[in-house]
Amino acid sequence: MAIKSLDELRKLKEQALKRRETTQSTGRVQVIVPMGTPGIAAGARETLKAILESIETENLSDVIVRQTGNSGLDEWEPIVQVMVGDQPKVTYGKVSAERAKRIMKEHVIGEKIVAELVVPQ
Amino acid sequence: MIDALQDELVGRGLIDEVQVLETSHISEQPAGLEMVIYPEGVHYIGLTAEDVPYIVDEHFLKGRVVKRFLAKEKPSDDELGPPKSKEVRVVLRNCGKIDPENIEDYILEDGYEALGKVLSEMTPEQVIEQVTNSGLRGRGGAGFSTGKKWQFAKGAPGKVKYIICNADEGDPGAFMNRRVLESDPHSVIEGMIIAAYAIGAAQGYVYCRAEYPMAVKRLNIALKQARAIGLLGKNILGSDYSFDLEVRIGAGAFVCGEETALMASIEGKRGEPRPRPPFPAIQGLWGKPTNINNVETYANIPQIIMQGAAWFASMGTEKSKGTKTFAIAGDVQNSGLIEVPLGITLREVIYDVGGGIKDNKNFKAVQTGGPMGGCLPSPYLDMPVDYESLMSAGSIMGSGGMIVMDEDTCMVDIARFFMDFTQDESCGKCTPCRVGTRRILEILNRICDGDGREGDIETLEMLCKQIKTTSLCGLGQGAPNPVESTLKHFRAEYEAHIREKRCPSKVCRKLINYKIVDACTGCLVCARNCPVNAISGQRRQLHVIDAETCIRCGICEQVCNFNAVVVWS
Repeated sequence: MAIKSLDELRKLKEQALKRRETTQSTGRVQVIVPMGTPGIAAGARETLKAILESIETENLSDVIVRQTGNSGLDEWEPIVQVMVGDQPKVTYGKVSAERAKRIMKEHVIGEKIVAELVVPQ
Repeated sequence: MIDALQDELVGRGLIDEVQVLETSHISEQPAGLEMVIYPEGVHYIGLTAEDVPYIVDEHFLKGRVVKRFLAKEKPSDDELGPPKSKEVRVVLRNCGKIDPENIEDYILEDGYEALGKVLSEMTPEQVIEQVTNSGLRGRGGAGFSTGKKWQFAKGAPGKVKYIICNADEGDPGAFMNRRVLESDPHSVIEGMIIAAYAIGAAQGYVYCRAEYPMAVKRLNIALKQARAIGLLGKNILGSDYSFDLEVRIGAGAFVCGEETALMASIEGKRGEPRPRPPFPAIQGLWGKPTNINNVETYANIPQIIMQGAAWFASMGTEKSKGTKTFAIAGDVQNSGLIEVPLGITLREVIYDVGGGIKDNKNFKAVQTGGPMGGCLPSPYLDMPVDYESLMSAGSIMGSGGMIVMDEDTCMVDIARFFMDFTQDESCGKCTPCRVGTRRILEILNRICDGDGREGDIETLEMLCKQIKTTSLCGLGQGAPNPVESTLKHFRAEYEAHIREKRCPSKVCRKLINYKIVDACTGCLVCARNCPVNAISGQRRQLHVIDAETCIRCGICEQVCNFNAVVVWS
C-alpha cells in the first residue's frame, strides 16, 4: 500500500499507534533487548534466546519481547530492559543467559527488581 | 511516620525483613516526608503518615514502585539508559528506543513527518534556506556549511544530479555512524530524501563499509519498507517528486572515506582521490553534480525541518551549532558513544560524561578526530569543543572519535601507532603521502627502539610540514597531525627517548628493564611464568632477572603478588 499524502502518513501512524496500544494492553510486561553490534558481540543473541525459552517453559502469555538498536551502554551489554505495567523501565546490564533467566523468574514473573543486576546510575 | 511504618511492618509480618533506618535528611529541600528504599534505591517524596500503609502494601508486598510519590531521579521513559548529565540527544534520539527493522516504530516517533512537510509545503529553496539558517555543518569532519553545499549542488548546471551518504566510517575506535545506521536507519534515509529534493536529485547512494554487515542489512530492510509504502520510488507521498536509493558497499579501504575516492569506488574504479576543484557539487559521481554528506549530517535534517532552524541554532556555539556524537575510548571510565551540544568543554566530556580517567590515574592527553587528529594535553581541557577551537589547537573535529590517554601512555609510541595506521592506509597515489608517511614511521620506530639520533626531531618537523602542504587529499594532509601535536606538546618525551635512551612512561620495550626488588619473597611464581627462563633464584631468596635474556613481556610483573617486580627506564 503506497501512501499518497502527508494525511495518509498520519493515518498510518494512528493505525500503528492503535496496534501498539492493543499489543501493549495484552502484555503485562515488556522486555526489551538491544540488538546492535555491541549487544550481539557481547552475547545478546544467547540472552534473547534464554528469555524466549523461559517464556516458553513458564508458559507466559502476557510478556512482549521487543528488539531495538544500540542502547548507548556498550560497557554494560548485553542489556535487558524490563517494564512491568506502567512502572519505570528497569535497565539490567551484563545479562548473560543465566542472568536473563533469573530476571525472568524474579522480575518478570515475581515482579521484584533484581537490584544487583541493575545498571548503576 | 516512623511509628506508622513500624506498625505497618509488624502488622504485615515484614518487620524481620525490613530494617528501618533514621537519617538526618535525604534531599536538600525535602518536599514533605520522604524515604528511600534499598536495595533498589527508590526515593519517595511528599509522603504523609497516611500514605505509609499504601506504600508498604504496594512496594514491600507487591514489589511495585509507587509512581505518584517517586522523586524525579528515575529515568523517564524516553531516556535510554542511566541519564548522563550534559548529554543532548538529537541524532541518537531513537537509538535503543525503536525497532530499526520496523518502519512503524519510526513513524510513531514522527518519522517521515518532515518529509511530508517538505514535499507538501516547501520549495527546494525554502528547504536549503532552513538548513543554512540552522547553522548545520558537515559532521564528517571538515565542517563545511551543509546548506551552502546543497546550494552549490542545486545551482550547478545539469539535469542529472546525485546524492551520496558517506557511511565509510574508518577511524579506529569510532562507531558513530554505525550506531545511527543500525539503530535508526530511517532517519538517515529521510534526511537523504529531503536533501535530494532540495538539490533536485533522482538517485542516491549510501556508501557503507563492508565491515558493518548489520548496518547494511538494516539499511536494506529500511529501504525495502520505505519503498513498499511509497516513501521511495515514483511520486513520493503523492507529489510529482521521484527518488530512489541504493546501498553500495566499500571494500575495506580507509581512503574511500574521502569524497572523491568514495565516488570513484561507487563508479567501480579503484578508490583513489583526485584533485579538487572541481568539487563534487559541480563534477561528482559520473561527472554529474553530486551532494555528499555524512550519516550524522543527514540524520540531523528531519529534526531541523520539524523543529525549525532557530531550535537547532539555539544549541552549540556561535559558529558551531547543534549537537555532535563522539565515540569516547581509551583510558576513560565510561567508554562508548555520547551526544553532546557543541561548545561543551573537553573536561566536561571526559570527566562529567566519560566519568573521568580509569583507575584514578591522571589525564595526559586526548586525541580528537581519529587517526588524523592531534593530541591535546591538559591545558586544553577547558577549551570548547567546536570546529574552530579544535583546528586552532592543532587537532580536528573529524567524525567524532575521541581517545583519552592516561599518564602511563608514551606519546612517541602513540604517534607511531597512528602513523603506522595512516602509512598503511595511504593509497599511494601521491608521493608525499606514500613516501613521507613511511619515512616518518621509520624515524619513529627508530626513536622507540632506542636508536634515535640528534636531528630526528627537526627532520620529523620538516617532513610533517611538507606532507601536510603537498598531499593530494585529507588523508595525507591530516596524517602528520598526531606527530606534529605530540612534538609540540610532549617534546621532552621525544628528547628523553633520543638523548637519554629512556621512555619516561615506561612503554617502549627496548628502552625499559624489569627488576626484582627486596619485596620479593622468593615464591618462584615469576620464574615459573617467564617464557624465556630469564629469572633465576632459590626458593625464599631474592630473584634476579637476566636483562640479556629478558624480552620485556611484562608477565613477571603481572603475576607477582608482592609488587616486587618493577619497571625502570
